[in-house]
Amino acid sequence: MTFRYYPGCTLKTKARKLDETARRCAAALGAELVEPADWQCCGAVYPMAKDEIAPKLSAVRALADAKAQGQELVTLCAACHNVLKRTNLDMANDEHTRDAANRYLQLPEAYSGETTVLHYLELLRDRIGWDAIRAKVTHPLTGRKIGAYYGCLLLRPAREMQMDDAENPTIIEDFLRAIGAEPVVYAMRNECCGAYVTMEDRAAAKARVEAILQNAQACGCEELTTACPLCLYNLRENGGALKVTYFTELLAQALGLEAAE
Amino acid sequence: MNDTYLEYQAEILRMTDRDPKRCMICGKCTASCPAFSEMDFHPHQIVGMVERCEFDVLETVEGLWHCMSCMACSERCPRDVQPARFMDAVRQWRIRKQGGEHLHPQQVPEKIDEATPQQAIAAAFRKYRK
Repeated sequence: MTFRYYPGCTLKTKARKLDETARRCAAALGAELVEPADWQCCGAVYPMAKDEIAPKLSAVRALADAKAQGQELVTLCAACHNVLKRTNLDMANDEHTRDAANRYLQLPEAYSGETTVLHYLELLRDRIGWDAIRAKVTHPLTGRKIGAYYGCLLLRPAREMQMDDAENPTIIEDFLRAIGAEPVVYAMRNECCGAYVTMEDRAAAKARVEAILQNAQACGCEELTTACPLCLYNLRENGGALKVTYFTELLAQALGLEAAE
Repeated sequence: MNDTYLEYQAEILRMTDRDPKRCMICGKCTASCPAFSEMDFHPHQIVGMVERCEFDVLETVEGLWHCMSCMACSERCPRDVQPARFMDAVRQWRIRKQGGEHLHPQQVPEKIDEATPQQAIAAAFRKYRK
């Protein structure tokens, strides 16, 4: 299985761990991730205003590149995934966006949302499968009580993201079970960490994180895992009460590619 | 009605592609908003102000900058008004105006630390300035 892979800006810098572990795990699970040579930053947030076309163009380039290769496009950062998936739907369903973007980009072939955008978690669930992953686990995370921190961007808007139930998701818990850990469900796993507002008002972000961590601890989480570099930053730097890792680090440990800390 | 305000309203409705008249003021959006306590005006009020063309107030609302675009309000809106789109459109309307930028590049060094992900900076630039 070969996939196009869009890492995004943060995975080349502050979230290198997320990128590295994901690549090694994919290879171990028989999925080849091919990074295009010339991807550009997706802009980190999906432009909601209907007349904002230019901020979507870098996402369209990545989507059109995957189409040209005839491959599905795998994302890893929750923010990139949100931008690429929603922009792709605009290119498929919104005539104004599609026409304007194609007129501007002048691609060899017009793009109309043909690419399938998969988050790495969907790659694990829908292309590789939990059973196949379970079969490759050599170092199960037995006894580790881990809370999934979904945050916002993987799940919402559910109608567009179509990954899981936005209010009662299970994909990360299923993942945790597949690698032998004990998933702990807590109420605030899909509430916002404060996101970019940490730049505007750090105290506000700290208040968000404190509420999340208190709830997670009260429910018995001993550590948290996430797919988003900004969630990880907020949970660690504006909180710190629980250990937080990228879900791919846990996968790497379970597959015996990396020692547990 | 002030013509300029009607133009503002048309611009915002073009951005949101949603009808604020569908709002039945149930308040689910505001109840869901994790930034409630930091906001002077809340999502359902912003939707109402756009509908009523209250741009004199919208010009000064500070709560916009505390919206995290977490989409909880839009997800839980029973009328598909999508308040997050209104929050974002009013924010866009504010920053598109001359001198409307809410974040200047010179301010960035004091707002970040060693661990701040690029994602936070890119997102803040998208949300707080043109």
